[in-house]
Amino acid sequence: MEELLKELSDLRGISGFEYRIADEIEKRFRMYTDDVHRDALGSVIACKKSSDPHALKLMIEAHMDEIGLMVKDIDENGFITFVNIGGVDPRILPAAEVIIHGTRDIPGIIGAKPPHLQGAEESKKSVKINDMAIDTGYSRDAIADIVSIGDSITLAQSAGVLANRRFSGKTLDDRAGIAVLLEVLRNIDFDPALELYFVAAVQEEVGLRGAKTAAYSIAPDAAIAIDVCHGVTPDNAENAFEIGSGTVISIGPNITPAFQKQLVDTAQRHNIRYALDVDGGDTGTDAWAIQVAREGVPTTLLSIPLKYMHTSVETIDIADAEATAALILEFIKDFGREEEGFCC
Amino acid sequence: MELLEQLTQTDGVSGREKHICGVISNEILPYVDEVYTDALGNLIAHKKGTGKKILFAAHMDEIGVIVTFIDDNGFLRFSNVGGLYREHLLYRKVRFENGVIGVIGSEEHNKEHKLSKLYIDIGANSREEAEQTVSIGDTAAFIGDLRQINNKVISKALDDRIGCYALIQAAREVQRKNDLYFCFTVQEEVGLRGAKTVAHDIEPDFAVAVDVTDTGDTPKAPEMAVGLGKGAAVKVMDRSVLCDVQVRTALVALAKKQGIPYQLEVMTDGGTDAGALSLTRSGIKTGGISIPCRYVHSPAEMVDLEDVHHAVQLIRAFAAQ
Amino acid sequence: MLLKRLCEENGVSGNEEAVRDLIYEELRRYADEVHISSIGNMIALKKGRSSEKRVMVAAHMDEVGFIISGFTDQGYLKFKKVGGIDTRVLISKKVTVGPQKIKGVIGMKAIHLQKKEERENVPEVQTLFIDIGAKNKEDAQNMVQLGDYAAFDTEFSAFGDGKYKGKALDDRAGCAVMLDLIKDTYEYDTYFCFTVQEEVGLRGAQVAANAVKPDIALVLETTTCSDVHGTEPHEYATQLGKGVVVTFMDMRTIMPAELVDWLYRAAKEAQIPVQYKNTTMGGNDAGAIHVAGHGVRTAALSIPCRYLHAPAGVIAESDMEAMKNLAALFLRRINEVI
Repeated sequence: MEELLKELSDLRGISGFEYRIADEIEKRFRMYTDDVHRDALGSVIACKKSSDPHALKLMIEAHMDEIGLMVKDIDENGFITFVNIGGVDPRILPAAEVIIHGTRDIPGIIGAKPPHLQGAEESKKSVKINDMAIDTGYSRDAIADIVSIGDSITLAQSAGVLANRRFSGKTLDDRAGIAVLLEVLRNIDFDPALELYFVAAVQEEVGLRGAKTAAYSIAPDAAIAIDVCHGVTPDNAENAFEIGSGTVISIGPNITPAFQKQLVDTAQRHNIRYALDVDGGDTGTDAWAIQVAREGVPTTLLSIPLKYMHTSVETIDIADAEATAALILEFIKDFGREEEGFCC
Repeated sequence: MELLEQLTQTDGVSGREKHICGVISNEILPYVDEVYTDALGNLIAHKKGTGKKILFAAHMDEIGVIVTFIDDNGFLRFSNVGGLYREHLLYRKVRFENGVIGVIGSEEHNKEHKLSKLYIDIGANSREEAEQTVSIGDTAAFIGDLRQINNKVISKALDDRIGCYALIQAAREVQRKNDLYFCFTVQEEVGLRGAKTVAHDIEPDFAVAVDVTDTGDTPKAPEMAVGLGKGAAVKVMDRSVLCDVQVRTALVALAKKQGIPYQLEVMTDGGTDAGALSLTRSGIKTGGISIPCRYVHSPAEMVDLEDVHHAVQLIRAFAAQ
Repeated sequence: MLLKRLCEENGVSGNEEAVRDLIYEELRRYADEVHISSIGNMIALKKGRSSEKRVMVAAHMDEVGFIISGFTDQGYLKFKKVGGIDTRVLISKKVTVGPQKIKGVIGMKAIHLQKKEERENVPEVQTLFIDIGAKNKEDAQNMVQLGDYAAFDTEFSAFGDGKYKGKALDDRAGCAVMLDLIKDTYEYDTYFCFTVQEEVGLRGAQVAANAVKPDIALVLETTTCSDVHGTEPHEYATQLGKGVVVTFMDMRTIMPAELVDWLYRAAKEAQIPVQYKNTTMGGNDAGAIHVAGHGVRTAALSIPCRYLHAPAGVIAESDMEAMKNLAALFLRRINEVI
């Protein structure tokens, strides 16, 4: 899985620009099924049919977009000003290396006013996005040929393995979820009792948009969303899970209780590590949009604990992604054997 | 100018678009095959064709105020309809649907003007007198005449009557090829509500929202590449949408090919009907053509007529593609 | 009394089952069909003289409350809010937790122990906890499960002069009115929708409207009423005992002007006490229903309720009666508005 995670995390496609990576993701889906298409917004949807024509439809979803930046303007000296796409923490940006996706990809460095030119008060504060600009080393005329307003920009960092099968990358939110989709799909070497839809959705980071339209078009009988949740760090243990806790199964108004219990039962039956997370309302994930598609969809959410969310060093324990994939796979295998459909 | 005068000076606060709907309906009727309204009051003008189904949307509502309470002395308390700049409301004139005029006053002076401290004075001496002309739930629009300055115009409600104007002009001379829906939406200013329902039945292949965009070309304006007089703006994004790449590149290519001046728009504040359209049902490939506008949501919004002309050309070009 | 039973049952958003069961028992005799959807809405069809049009009436079953999110080693329960609750109303209140309705209290350290800034500032909700008397974590976990819901523990009762006090009047009062309305037969097929998850974003109503696809909708709600000490008349929003409330606009919906006018005029003509809501704050299920599908003309009637989203609200019996009468009028004369 390391190799898959690395390759997926290193793909570069911010919200609205997923077409840059959709071919790559589609290619991977096609290794396991021929039934793959893209919807109007660009989400990649792969279907694995059952021999039972009346099989219920299960949607398994993760989002493929990442947070990033977009070119706002180019100043007279060739510096590129930018806006954020999705919730980028401005504190990670000063001195960060980026890649600007113009007519070709070019590297850049985010600069800001140097410290010795800042007043005492100013230097205590975080730099605002409006006060930063990207230096590409090109002149105004040269850069204008390569870059135009509205081009996407990604953080340059690439992924790597830390100790104890812990893995750090710029976009494990939510390519780790995409990796889980592929891992499940790879292991469907049997005739499933469900019609399975694997969805790599677009535009989660700007408002759960791709999941909303994908859930509408598929009209599933039930859905599992896969995303990341906060990992415990030295500075925060609130609403967070230790990485390595296993797959995190959500509970709350966003989640259909009977379906969630089926997942817990499955985890217990197969000795899959899991933890439980509680949310009083909006989980902030695609599950929130999927649940109210059309006439309503029984929905659950599985999360992979992740440290340093929305930075370029997002870190997970690979075992948690594996546990997530294992749980979904076992759920599909067990489906229809003991229970009558989705208990929801 | 006569049409623009009629479009900007007919009031139509969100939720109360009946009058402006009538004006637009009459104007566009000669150029299309049918005109109808839906449950929320959206106006849909259909020009039939055999090609792709394309939906163009401009919103016909405008920001304003709504009466919530009338006190014993005949003063009206009100709420905002759409996004108002509180600090700019004092001493503005408003006009009710029946023509009654009022002025906004404040309980406090030199303060931040919380909405609950503001009132409308319609010159009534008592509750009874006020209630003869105005009742709770009535809306009023801001007063702002249409004036031409050089090649620019100022008026209230150019957001988005200038878009409505552009669609009417485009419909007039558009080539009959694709299946075209010119939609004049309601309640954009309160949350893109009309656009949400209008595309539901039409289910177009492509949608284009035609609205105004902020500019960055006034003294100390927040940095933004869009300027007045620099052409029609092709939307890349706003808070509600990241435009479909296919639509965006097609618009840019058309502008280049036909020599229509254009600029790219990255707007970080505010959303447009494009957002709601793109998320209808299974999703719709959606783009935006914008008309640069200074002083948006003021009684004196300003646009450049050349930009409007170029936007019309671009709409026609896309419709005929 | 039905309203008492409805209010004293717990149905925090996402966990409306007990309330739904109670309502089902009341309506099964009158409904022609009852459907429970995956999210938990209960949609009761009352067949009309004609099936040509579809009318939707909606009230939400859910109430604001809490969900148990963890346990301390000492056996206290950590919780999160479900729906909009002002943290200031929580301290020193009684709650019941889970399906067994385990009794608990929301405690806080004594005033003597608080620092000056602690006394002056509202505590963060994460620092609050529910005490169920457990000896330790294990003891607590034997009584309560992670993800159990908790609700205010308030006895419903008659109050003062023709009023009621209780928790969850928002919107069990609307549910109670619907249970009366369903006894009658109307012109068109009428779908009485008892919705879920209103308090966390009008989510039940959205999918209910997608399922029913109505031609017109009427929402029965409670609404804020601040005719209390320290506010001026134009800030009251509504007044207790002054009649059913007609909303012309709130944060989520601009009601069609002709429906607002019809309701207000019909009430006046029938001498049903009626008032406008003098604010555009708030929002209810109408916000989701009116933009469902290709759009639904939607009106809302409300009962004024003091202290919404708090352990104990107050409504007037006469306002509830007025809502029932006006809603009945609307359904009986549906051909004038549809």
